[in-house]
Amino acid sequence: MPTPDPLAPGARVRVRTMMPPGHVRTPAYLRGHVGRVERVLGPFGNPEQKAYGHTGDRLPLYRIRFAMADIWPTSEAPSDTLDAEIYAHWLEPL
Amino acid sequence: MPHDHHDHDHDHDHDHDHSGMSPSGHPYREDQDRTLSYWQTMEIAARELMIEKGVITADEVAAQIDAMDARSPARGAAIVARAWLDPEFRKLLLVDAPAASTELGIDIGPLNLIAVENTDKVHNVVVCTLCSCYPRDLLGLPPDWYKSRAYRTRAVREPRRVLAEFGVEVPQDVTVRVHDSTADMRYIVIPARPEGSDGLDEAALATLVTRDSMIGVGQARQPG
Repeated sequence: MPTPDPLAPGARVRVRTMMPPGHVRTPAYLRGHVGRVERVLGPFGNPEQKAYGHTGDRLPLYRIRFAMADIWPTSEAPSDTLDAEIYAHWLEPL
Repeated sequence: MPHDHHDHDHDHDHDHDHSGMSPSGHPYREDQDRTLSYWQTMEIAARELMIEKGVITADEVAAQIDAMDARSPARGAAIVARAWLDPEFRKLLLVDAPAASTELGIDIGPLNLIAVENTDKVHNVVVCTLCSCYPRDLLGLPPDWYKSRAYRTRAVREPRRVLAEFGVEVPQDVTVRVHDSTADMRYIVIPARPEGSDGLDEAALATLVTRDSMIGVGQARQPG
């Protein structure tokens, strides 16, 4: 990486609130919510292109860890966590 | 949560409303006298065309189905048992699960695997909210409940209640970590090694590792 990675492990990120049509692997329940990068994965082919027979752009994939309290207004145990894999173009570094 | 039906394929959490009882009291599933769905017709047409044109053979299709059916939770259990016994292997499994699987002679193909470990501080559970992503190479086919809308929605919203319905009560001082397999990774939970399992060899330990414990909705069996 030539410049410091704004999506390095530990970085705070918000999931973008886009609602594009098509095959999207960013769950709607996480859009707009803030978490931290747990680890960096990939690169993997972008499923939004692969689903339609195109060669997917190779994109970094991030495991984002959310506190349950930051996803749900009422949660069983606020410090329980939810980890999900989100592609780079869905993440806004904070 | 609905548990597995051993005699039925239902996704429902109620009992037997589409089936009946034989006079001798044996439950049966209704005959499937429905017309083929669009996709069933498509599958048959595509398969028959490919065989007709010599792209694949019927034997190859049968062999592939056999290979898929041969995948079972025994593979995952072998990995967990080794991790319980061998600290170096456990370390490798947690940082590079595909490499650890290969070391054990288990070919997981293109599966991108992450192993997560249950401890006295953390309980992990796996779900795929978007569909049914599951480490099939290590656990075989996913159970019906794993694909149900009820599990997929509730596991991320109220995991402790869902776990309790599976018989797993997670103490308040233990963090629940839910893993939503949203993209390219698949997950296997390394359950906590049960008490009283000291001295058991690797094969005996593997028999304690259930499928559900590797999804995170169960614990490993107690020995004996």
